[in-house]
Amino acid sequence: MAFTFAAFCYMLALLLTAALIFFAIWHIIAFDELKTDYKNPIDQCNTLNPTIEKVKKIKRVKIAIKLVLPEYLIHFFFCVMFLCAAEWLTLFLNLPLLAYHVWRYTSRPVMSCPGLYDPTTIMNADILAYCQKEGWCKLAFYLLSFFYYLYGMIYVLVSS
Amino acid sequence: MSTAGFNSQNGTGTGQTYTNGPSQNPVALQQPSGVGYSVNHQPAYNQMQAKVLAPPGPALYPSGPYQPVPPGPQVGSYPPAPAQPLLPRPQIGVLPSHTPPQSASPGPGPWPAQATPPAQATPPPPAVTSTGYYTGPPAWQYAAPRGPAPNHVNPAAAAPPLMSHSSTQPPGPGAPPTSIHGYTQLGDVAGNGPQAPNSYNHVDNRMAGAAPPGPPGRHLGHYPSLPPGYQNTSAPPPSSLHPALQAATQPYTQGPLPYQQQPGGPGPSPGPAPAQLSPSMAAMSLQSSTPEALRVVNLLQERNLLPPAPVPAPTPCLTQDLQKLNCSPEVFRCTLTSIPQTQSVLNKAKLPLGLLLHPFKDLSQLPVVTSSTIVRCRSCRTYINPFVSFLDQRRWKCNLCYRVNDVPEEFMYNPVSRSYGEPHKRPEVQNATIEFIAPSEYMLRPPQPAVYLFVLDVSHNAVETGYLSVFCQSLLDNINALPGDSRTKVGFITFDSTIHFYNLQEGLSQPQMLIVSDIEDIFLPTPDSLLVNLNECKELVQDLLKSLPNLFEKTMETQSALGSALQAAFKLLSPTGGRMSVFQTQLPNLGVGALQSREDPNQRASAKDVQHLSPATDFYKKLALDCSGQQVAVDLFLLSAQYCDLATLGCISRYSAGSVYYYPSYHHQHNPAQVERFQRDLKRYLTRKIGFEAVMRIRCTKGLSIHTFHGNFFVRSTDLLSLPNVNPDAGFAVQMSIEENLDDMQVVSFQAALLYTSSKGERRIRVHTMCLPVVSSLSDVFAGADVQAITGLLACMAVDRSVTSSLSDARDAMTNAAIDSLSSYRQSALTIQQPGLLAPACLRLFPLYILALLKQKAFRTGTSTRLDERVFAMYQLKYQPLAFAMLMIHPALYRLDDLSDEGALNIGEQTIPQPRVLQLSVEKLSREGAFLLDAGLVMYLWIGRNCHQNFLSQVLGVSSYAAVPEKLYLLPELDTAESQRTRAFVSWLRDQRPFFPSLHIIRDESQLKPHFLQNMIEDRTESALSYYEFLLHLQQQISK
Repeated sequence: MAFTFAAFCYMLALLLTAALIFFAIWHIIAFDELKTDYKNPIDQCNTLNPTIEKVKKIKRVKIAIKLVLPEYLIHFFFCVMFLCAAEWLTLFLNLPLLAYHVWRYTSRPVMSCPGLYDPTTIMNADILAYCQKEGWCKLAFYLLSFFYYLYGMIYVLVSS
Repeated sequence: MSTAGFNSQNGTGTGQTYTNGPSQNPVALQQPSGVGYSVNHQPAYNQMQAKVLAPPGPALYPSGPYQPVPPGPQVGSYPPAPAQPLLPRPQIGVLPSHTPPQSASPGPGPWPAQATPPAQATPPPPAVTSTGYYTGPPAWQYAAPRGPAPNHVNPAAAAPPLMSHSSTQPPGPGAPPTSIHGYTQLGDVAGNGPQAPNSYNHVDNRMAGAAPPGPPGRHLGHYPSLPPGYQNTSAPPPSSLHPALQAATQPYTQGPLPYQQQPGGPGPSPGPAPAQLSPSMAAMSLQSSTPEALRVVNLLQERNLLPPAPVPAPTPCLTQDLQKLNCSPEVFRCTLTSIPQTQSVLNKAKLPLGLLLHPFKDLSQLPVVTSSTIVRCRSCRTYINPFVSFLDQRRWKCNLCYRVNDVPEEFMYNPVSRSYGEPHKRPEVQNATIEFIAPSEYMLRPPQPAVYLFVLDVSHNAVETGYLSVFCQSLLDNINALPGDSRTKVGFITFDSTIHFYNLQEGLSQPQMLIVSDIEDIFLPTPDSLLVNLNECKELVQDLLKSLPNLFEKTMETQSALGSALQAAFKLLSPTGGRMSVFQTQLPNLGVGALQSREDPNQRASAKDVQHLSPATDFYKKLALDCSGQQVAVDLFLLSAQYCDLATLGCISRYSAGSVYYYPSYHHQHNPAQVERFQRDLKRYLTRKIGFEAVMRIRCTKGLSIHTFHGNFFVRSTDLLSLPNVNPDAGFAVQMSIEENLDDMQVVSFQAALLYTSSKGERRIRVHTMCLPVVSSLSDVFAGADVQAITGLLACMAVDRSVTSSLSDARDAMTNAAIDSLSSYRQSALTIQQPGLLAPACLRLFPLYILALLKQKAFRTGTSTRLDERVFAMYQLKYQPLAFAMLMIHPALYRLDDLSDEGALNIGEQTIPQPRVLQLSVEKLSREGAFLLDAGLVMYLWIGRNCHQNFLSQVLGVSSYAAVPEKLYLLPELDTAESQRTRAFVSWLRDQRPFFPSLHIIRDESQLKPHFLQNMIEDRTESALSYYEFLLHLQQQISK
């Protein structure tokens, strides 16, 4: 049993994936809030409050925007780590998501700042549903990979 | 009385401002509840028609300003069907919809297909007619004291309702309802079912049994060399053909007037003689009880599908009681007037489900309610409306979420009849369109004043176009007509490479110009004196407007720092909110938001995909969102000959709920037509009604949900639109989806509530509610299809598609929409298969409209189209209310040289002739005639080479064809009957729309002739199919 670079990669990935899971949950919550806001029988004042509510809304979108880039970077980072550690299977499992991230970011709407979501189109039912689905899929992926990394870490530690 | 100012056609009305209780007639104070309401007494929804229908007409919706209303006798001879009992309310939706058979009314001639849903074929009883919603003043209105008396009550001053009424206390909550309308009697009257046998199944069975199979595959799979109508393969003339059907089914070779609006016999040469009938038509004649909307039409056989008058909106199959209360189709329209029960039925129908709204339309009659409590559902916040049900006197059931709510005490008193205990007779429950004056809980801050900021381009290019003097003159003329009150503020900013502010503070002897040249980091030089109170500083403002055109006469500055100017204007307006009107004449090329030209003129006509339909930068979008947050709307006037990148600049208006005006090739000398258009549009723009800090929420019955919005706004929540400004010319479209099955519902409702601050600083809520039946069978869904609304919604969806995906994608999607729906109709709704391209009568214009969309400026390929004009056309399709969007999609063609007073409208003193609408084909033009093409924003009057001498001299005032000048933009005012008729007709067309269409009078060899001919949609062009070819293409795709 030795503490190899691969084991270190797995441990790091484990921690970072935990963070990613947290991001994914936040992502889901943000979009769910966007979607279901109107269901609440909220006080008239709040419903009809143009300024305050709007600022809140945009902030929520901004939070989602702010989470996107760190998520992509973290994922990219440990993909590179696995590449260095020559963990081919793990890398192979992560490649589709990496490719998806690249595609997603290149096909984002015209924007001057980094980000993915356009507040003017985010409320379209199609896009909202897509984003929600994306959130759930990612959550599932990160959860599975969390356990996979756990297994991988122990395996590497034990086998070496 | 008090609403006069608001409801006047353009908001210029100088009606009194709203006064509060104390100054009222003392009678008002005797009104016992804290409820007042006011109605202005103009008799009808549509002014023009009101005058025609001076005696209350039948409870028929006038279906729009374009609907020519036949003169008097027409009303009386509406198909009588005395055998049909009046449909009682309990039949909501259970009614097999298209009940009274067509054969029950053999006398009158055929009506345009959708005009007579049988529910209306029953003549309404007189009592009903007098309450007909928009055709006459509602009955309760008569009960209301007229004049300035008790229309508006100060709630505080009024006595509590119970005290004053304790002696005449009506039955309490437990008492049986005495309602006329019987909301509580659902299901009581079950015996009224003579219509039942006419359900679809019966019809279909009979049809299947009786129809002789047509000649198999006659037109299937191959292209006939001639349109079948032209071939002389005549079928045996059916003797039993209903004259109505007969006239409607005359194929190509038949007389020119298949549709007749006048009752008393179709066409000049009716008779059953040589009509060529497709087998389907023969089948039709055997069973005449198919609902008109579902009559099978073989599009390849029938040529004259276009009704002679504008297509009316179909009427939903509701019971009369409900229909009478329903919202006007001009305000609220649904693509499917029968809502499918499940998403799977909707998917099968392949038709889009959506709403088209014109929520802030100028209405000539609008009930206004002042009340301290606005009754709303406690759970979903729906406003009480005519389609709720009263369980008993104290409880009502929401028609959107089905929650049972209490009726507040105050609502028990009816200010109209001044009686207690009749909540179902309150104006809120009698009107589908109503306005509330909102109490303070609907305000987050004190209502903002009317604030207008004008941002003017004064670069060399702008001065060259000469727009500045027109603008200043217009504003000077209308400065007193700007909507507002004593708090109204105005301000001006001009810009070229620097930003110029104008200090207009009271006490200055003349306006003071402040120049800020640091455009990178913009600041306001004197923040509090740039926006000034209009009333206090009117002289200074007028001085400024007089001197402004001369101030920049000699400028040599060519650059334009639009981005910085917008930022400055935003800073100036953000504390209050308001309206920013931006006038721009060139591509912004300095500072933030600078743009590069993206258009390659050589690619204009390419059939390949059009690039650059999406914005180049998100600067303008972000700024628009900031504006929206601060309740600032930006209206963009683009006057330019060169490319200005409207796709990018337009974002500033699109997301801040502004409007976009575009005047290509504007020049004060070279283009007088555009100058006149600009002047007229400006006048309307400056004086029209305006609502500030508005939000609009659209609610619908549980199970339906909103999918996507179209128009100019920012979507703040799934059903909430943020509209910093709302203007009466803005239309919206909404796509809907069915999330839960609507199994046990008979009707669904939609409610649009617009909360805004009026220019007088009052918070108001305008509520529109529409009720539609739910149907389960596919054929019922098709029967209720509204082809114009579908086209309008498809156009909006196609615009989105061409921006997000590509233009060719959008074009394919539109063609597929036609193919899918027609093939779905053929497969699922049609019981007998016949050759040909079959469509239900209500969708018979669908392929034509789709073809028109494909040839519309926004979507056409192969014809040279400037990118800005294309983008502008796209904006128009999304932003214009349906009636005007339809004109832009499918223009109207009239023959003008033989106008007569037959069937003319009488409005006031004037007689307006009503020529029939012709098909858009060169075939319909003749050298002997003069034809007017009305394409919404522009009109062409084409003079044939051999035009009648009479027309030339009497209308145009020229001696011969050769003497018609090359550029003629107006009809001379001659004192002849012909000239008066023509001018009356043209100005009548113009008066109906909020923008000013310029008129071009063109000869055969005029430069503009190609533009005129581009509108001939049914003809073949180099790059596009003719209508007949398009139909064959559709048929080929369907039979695959």
